[in-house]
Amino acid sequence: MSEQQAVSAESAKSYLQIDRLTKKFGDFTALDEVSLEVYEGEFICFLGPSGCGKTTFLRAIAGLDIQNSGTVSQAGKDISALPPSERDFGIVFQSYALFPNLTCERNIGFGLENQKANKADIAKRVAELLEMVGLPDQGKKYPAQLSGGQQQRIALVRALATSPGLLLLDEPLSALDAKVRTYLRHEMKLLQRRLGVTTVMVTHDQEEALTMADRIVVMNQGVIEQIGTPIEIYREPSTLFVADFVGAMNQIEGKASSNNSVKVGDTTFTSREHNLQTDSPVIVAIRPEDIVPHREGTSSQGVFETGDTENIFDAAVEDMEFLGSFWRVSLNNSDFGDAVLIADMSINAVRHMTVEIGKTISVEFQSDQLRVFPPNTNTV
Amino acid sequence: MSNTAEMPVTDSAPVIRPKTSKDDRTMIGFMLVIGLYLIVALAFPLYAMLSKSFSTYSFDLNNFEFQVDKGAGWSDPVTAQALNEDLQVVKLEELATSSDGRLAATVFFPDFSFRSTTKYRLRQIRAESSFLVGSTRIADTEWHEFESNKFRRIVLRPSSATGLDNFRVYFSTPALFRSIENSLFIATLSTIITVCLAFGFAYALNRSKMRFKGLFRLIAMAPILVPSLLPGIALVYLFGNQGMIKGLLFGESIYGPIGIVIGSVFFTFPHALIIITTALAISDSRLYEAAVSLRASRWKTFWTVTIPGARYGLISAAFVVFNLVITDFGLPKVIGGQYNMLAVDIYKQVIGQQNFEMGAVVSVVLLIPALFAFSIDRYVQKRQVAQLSARSVPFEAKPHRRFDLICLFYCAVVGIFIVGLIAICQYAALIKFWPYQLSLSLVNYDFNVMDGGGWASYSHSIQLGIYTAIAGTIIVFAGAYVVEKTNGFFATRSAFQFLAMMPMAIPGLVLGLAYIFFFNDPANPLNGLYATMGILVVCTVTHFYTVSHLTAVTALKQMDREFEAVASSLKQPFYRLVSSVTVPVCLPAILDISIYLFVNAMTTVSAVIFLYSPDTTLAAIAVLNMDDAGDVAPAAAMGMMIFYTNVVARLIHLFLSRNLLLKTQAWRLR
Repeated sequence: MSEQQAVSAESAKSYLQIDRLTKKFGDFTALDEVSLEVYEGEFICFLGPSGCGKTTFLRAIAGLDIQNSGTVSQAGKDISALPPSERDFGIVFQSYALFPNLTCERNIGFGLENQKANKADIAKRVAELLEMVGLPDQGKKYPAQLSGGQQQRIALVRALATSPGLLLLDEPLSALDAKVRTYLRHEMKLLQRRLGVTTVMVTHDQEEALTMADRIVVMNQGVIEQIGTPIEIYREPSTLFVADFVGAMNQIEGKASSNNSVKVGDTTFTSREHNLQTDSPVIVAIRPEDIVPHREGTSSQGVFETGDTENIFDAAVEDMEFLGSFWRVSLNNSDFGDAVLIADMSINAVRHMTVEIGKTISVEFQSDQLRVFPPNTNTV
Repeated sequence: MSNTAEMPVTDSAPVIRPKTSKDDRTMIGFMLVIGLYLIVALAFPLYAMLSKSFSTYSFDLNNFEFQVDKGAGWSDPVTAQALNEDLQVVKLEELATSSDGRLAATVFFPDFSFRSTTKYRLRQIRAESSFLVGSTRIADTEWHEFESNKFRRIVLRPSSATGLDNFRVYFSTPALFRSIENSLFIATLSTIITVCLAFGFAYALNRSKMRFKGLFRLIAMAPILVPSLLPGIALVYLFGNQGMIKGLLFGESIYGPIGIVIGSVFFTFPHALIIITTALAISDSRLYEAAVSLRASRWKTFWTVTIPGARYGLISAAFVVFNLVITDFGLPKVIGGQYNMLAVDIYKQVIGQQNFEMGAVVSVVLLIPALFAFSIDRYVQKRQVAQLSARSVPFEAKPHRRFDLICLFYCAVVGIFIVGLIAICQYAALIKFWPYQLSLSLVNYDFNVMDGGGWASYSHSIQLGIYTAIAGTIIVFAGAYVVEKTNGFFATRSAFQFLAMMPMAIPGLVLGLAYIFFFNDPANPLNGLYATMGILVVCTVTHFYTVSHLTAVTALKQMDREFEAVASSLKQPFYRLVSSVTVPVCLPAILDISIYLFVNAMTTVSAVIFLYSPDTTLAAIAVLNMDDAGDVAPAAAMGMMIFYTNVVARLIHLFLSRNLLLKTQAWRLR
């Protein structure tokens, strides 16, 4: 795990340290010894399928469901056993939990009202917060009179009103429709960067995580699979689970040969380095965009753009799906048995090479993107 | 933390014991207080009653020894048992008695004369019973000497034991045993009739486009506002010995099963209607559209869509009605005549014969069907919730002239039945002296010259209603809040939830009797509560706890589960959240609970019949007592006072709700 945590270019201060957190509900272990370090001002996403423990993790950090063992410390203070009211965080839930009978102003001011601030100061702060999220004239309305996106922003500034050191977001966008969601995730990211508040967000939406997070924590069955920047998670998945969960991934059964090659059927492909035993069964994984088409007919003619004959093979085009900015091509090769390979090809490449259904084309597995994993039951 | 790197890998992370916050501690404090309330007001009294039903009392003749001095010195000690074997004055079955049993010592001395100079000595062998000299209790094992004039005032007291004897006596007394059969018969018959009638009524309200629906809804709810014994009085006026339309019964007597069943149908009708209406209202119109598109006949649709959809409601209504009828005591008391039912038996054993143990035994017997009906109902209710789907489309009736007319006619008949019975009571109350002097007068309202406590009992009832509404609402809402919103403490919360559900299964009479056993015990520190308004409030709140609790829980469940989390993240104490969000949002439910408690406190007889004192007589009990004393017209008059009071209370409730809701529920308007 320490290897995965060897993090990012940021040389920022460590703000939140979580050490071997375990949370059990009866016999069920929801979190199993998870550890994480969050830096000041960082935007962290917990990503994983439902039931992976990400929300439990967030609630443990908030003190809402305190862990059975393991420690949490925030800004140098051990807060492991403290109730939520003695911690320093603001939180936004999926439901927003806006108080329905209070106006937006009073919702936002709720946390300010007994902090010995006078009314004028509160009103000023509330106005400032409403301004910040672009809803300056909505303060007198009740939550039910606002749209979902507006409600979400009210909930966000209510959580920020007391200027907490940590902002926790529990699937804050999943109740919204797609368009508003795309807009708001951009807005939220900008706001977070502007305020510099350390943020932890739970989501099951990989696109949300990839676009918003400084670092992503991919979780599965109560453990952390990988921690890394969005690009690391996408390009360098450390487990088959991560490879499969984030982005699309072709998976082919094969056998390990040397430490940088793998055998599928009768063909041997050069792959990334791996330490799996020769002849042990493996899963070969490659992303659709890393299956690249070649200009000329077949490999025997030897005319390749890369000038390299490695990892090139013929495949029949079974189907083509037009997805707007690219084509999704289904390929078949007898070496792969019944498995269909999915390749994403640009419109230009398809036109240039006249890829058509029924035709056999020549494609390449980019060797630096061909990963080998031990076969694993732990997939999505 | 800082030296984690130096720790061996196998070392486990520290176990965390969460620190409780001030809010947590306050909430737990609340839960303990209200849990304690339920234990004191429910669990302990029921336990006292159960143990009472198993305590038996008998005269242990072997325990008493006599010596006689007829001027020639003291005779040898002889036990009462030995004397009785010679004399056979006390029969074996007379030895079993109640806690109040007394046996004169003189029965063992047939030649006793209080003028003689004979002296007597008496002692107990073991300190297990006692005897009384006049009213002085002697419980030691010393010899006591008495002149004959004093000796005549000696009575032996029974010794107590624990066992099933009371139940044995109960089941071998045909008159008592017979009541079980009667109660089951009446309850079953009333249930079938009420559920069928209520289903028809609910069906007409839900599935037709007939006119006057609002009016019929109002009329159907009217029986809730009167004590259950009021229809009995109306029936006496209609079909009693001097009844107006007695002939319609063709010589059958209204005093007995007929009267009880008709009255039971009257007072249980609204309860069944509410449940069945809810069940019909949740039906999904898409199913009916499917039925129409499949060309199913109306009849077939009714049996394949309507009935299965409402089946949980029907079952639930049936068990609720069954429970109400079998545990009701006012109605069979008024119109039952010689027809015995379990609930009346409890009353007769306790009030008539002062046999508290047998009263407890009948209570336990009555608890069995009540508990059974209650558990089935709970089970069914749980299933019903699961049936609801967010995607259901509510059914919207279409006009259908003939069907609508039939519905209107049917509802009118039922409406006339309900309004008729209430109107008869009002009429009876205003007639000077039925059937001889038919002039109208208010003489029957001069309650102060009758039994039952006069106008004071009416004002006591209003007091009871107000106290119950206020105290009950606070206790119930606070209880529901801590159950719903406390984290952890799973076992404590389940125990609390169980206690909160219990009162529904406990007949009022049984609860009242249990209170006697528990609170009237001189050893109980709460003894001071006995015979005060306080115990009436406690008993009434407890008796009607369950429905109020469920109303509060339903309202609280609709609140976002994360409000508490948000408030604590904003460092706000929970009471601020409660006062500015929870209570305002739940205000409609809170008002519903208080009116429910008020109306029921006004009408209940069974819960308080054993607990009122001369200083705390109540209107509903005055109805019963005046009726018992033959003052039927004043009883009807008092019953109508309760009715009008409840109508006014409802109107005030409506008015308050409107106004308060405008203020606090503005957010509901878009």
